Amino acid sequence: MSSDAVIHIEKLYKEYVTDAGPVPVLYGLDVSVTPGEFVAIMGPSGSGKSTFMNILGCLDVATGGTYLLNGRDVNAQSRDELAHLRNEVIGFVFQGFNLLPRANLVDNVALPLIYRGVPRDERVARANDMLGKVGLGQYGRSLPNQISGGQQQRVAIARALVNSPKLILADEPTGNLDTHTSQEIMTLFSELNRRDGITIVLVTHEPDIAAYAQRLVRLSDGRIVYDGPVEHAAPQHLEATS
Amino acid sequence: MMLLPMLSEAWQAMGANRLRTFLTMLGMIIGVGAVIMMLAIGQGVRHQVESSIASMGSNLFIILSGSTTSGGARMGSGALPTLTVADAAAIEELPGVSAIAPSAPGTAQIVYGSNNWSTQVIGTTPSYLEVRDWGVVSGAPFTDSDVRSATRVALLGQTVVQNLFGQEDPTGKTIRIKNSPYLVLGVLAPKGQSLDGRDQDDTVLVPVTTAQRKLFGTQFAGAVRFMMAQAESAAVMPSVEKAMGDLLRQRHHIREGEDDDFTIRNLTALMNTAATTAQVLSLMLGAIASISLVVGGIGIMNIMLVSVTERTREIGIRMAIGARGRDVLLQFLLEAIMISVIGCLIGVLLGVGGALLVTKLTGMDVIVTPSSIVMAFCVAAAVGIFFGWYPAQKASRLKPIDALRYQ
Repeated sequence: MSSDAVIHIEKLYKEYVTDAGPVPVLYGLDVSVTPGEFVAIMGPSGSGKSTFMNILGCLDVATGGTYLLNGRDVNAQSRDELAHLRNEVIGFVFQGFNLLPRANLVDNVALPLIYRGVPRDERVARANDMLGKVGLGQYGRSLPNQISGGQQQRVAIARALVNSPKLILADEPTGNLDTHTSQEIMTLFSELNRRDGITIVLVTHEPDIAAYAQRLVRLSDGRIVYDGPVEHAAPQHLEATS
Repeated sequence: MMLLPMLSEAWQAMGANRLRTFLTMLGMIIGVGAVIMMLAIGQGVRHQVESSIASMGSNLFIILSGSTTSGGARMGSGALPTLTVADAAAIEELPGVSAIAPSAPGTAQIVYGSNNWSTQVIGTTPSYLEVRDWGVVSGAPFTDSDVRSATRVALLGQTVVQNLFGQEDPTGKTIRIKNSPYLVLGVLAPKGQSLDGRDQDDTVLVPVTTAQRKLFGTQFAGAVRFMMAQAESAAVMPSVEKAMGDLLRQRHHIREGEDDDFTIRNLTALMNTAATTAQVLSLMLGAIASISLVVGGIGIMNIMLVSVTERTREIGIRMAIGARGRDVLLQFLLEAIMISVIGCLIGVLLGVGGALLVTKLTGMDVIVTPSSIVMAFCVAAAVGIFFGWYPAQKASRLKPIDALRYQ
């Protein structure tokens, strides 16, 4: 585990407090992701992969253990500092795209830049640039509901990229897309990873999507049951689950 | 986060549900409109009262003769001519009294050429003009020597001039009062209505001696119906009132325990009461209207709470891509402020329009002061902040993960 890791996690523990008492979800995970890696996280429902992803994305906080994101101790950050980390270090891509329905594509892509205080002209220029990069340069003035699902996911990727993040977190990015569009989106992720060297961590339950990654982390009942190259994974670790 | 993109986002959010935004705004529009209009009406009433007071003269006492008991029946003020010009001269010597005008009023028919007019004729002294703070616009007032020799001279009020002379300048002309000729020395400045709505310009002034001896006659020499006295300042009024009372009791030989045969009224105190009443009225109108402003504010809060719930997911997205709590707070706060300020703008226009309409329809004095507009604006912004704060804070305190998962 090198110290320049994008993600460095030791003994990560998470429990939810319910009426019936605390329910543990993650039992002391140890993971490290170095720059330029493309990691797929798989696991059946209830394995804790969503919780893990939320903690990785600084949307949720772990109960115990260490999480260093880009060398910063996430557990020690304030709410505002976490917001800052999400803005600068992470780019999110969600299953449901999560675009703002009233804003046009340029404004959607430029949104993270607003919270960074980038002036308007530069915001628009960079957003247009990113839209071009995902092949939607001519749709800037459209609204999200005027384009297809695959195109919306491209917009979401452009939004994730606009702040030049170290890490892209994708939570089942192809879950709402057909096979063909899924392949297009995954090709785009691969390109970003290979050409631009962006670190990608992706949650999926489809083996053929996981196959685009180099490394597989398999979760089961809150524990890591496999962590290694995708091609060496045993068939049951690549099993389609949902 | 910068203010400009936030403002444009707030504007967009307002436009997303126009009917709802408008209905929310309506509360502010009606509230602000009502406040502006009520304040304008209140101001108008106050102005009317104050100008009536100013037209009365300042630090005034009126001393009426009478108020005596005669065989068990109590006579009203002015019923008995117990005051005399000599009393007036004695009062004038008192410290703190700056002027006194003994007055003998009556009603008479006045004729000029083919016109005639019935009006109030007041026999008085030159001090009357000083006490009432009344000027002469043309010609000159009569003098003490006119009073001493009881000359037939007169000063005419504006209404009398209009009815007898029209456009003609009456100065130097001769009118007939009760068939005797009087020389018009001058014309009094316009005075307007008194507090009780009487036309103060419908009057003719003649020397008090002329009125007593030649015009109306008196029961005994030198008697006058009332006197108007002016104190040097508001501060000395109570002591002057007492000194005048003591002096008159002494001069009229009234024994200890007997009732006064005169009445002293502090006109300025009466006026101040009227002014205070007007002010309270104006305040009350404003306060009632303010309630509608508060109701409007609650409407904003209600809609903002709904909006925060509806847009929980949007808040989650914004937080996921880097919005801090205070960015979300500011966004919703700006929206609330924008609704209330735009509502306020329309309300001000409506209030001013309504005030103008009231003036036009009723002829009442309605005064919209710039300060009331500024105040309405500040209150509207404050209402926006106050009632927008809670929903905005609620939004900013959401946990990103909860907000994102919200369906």
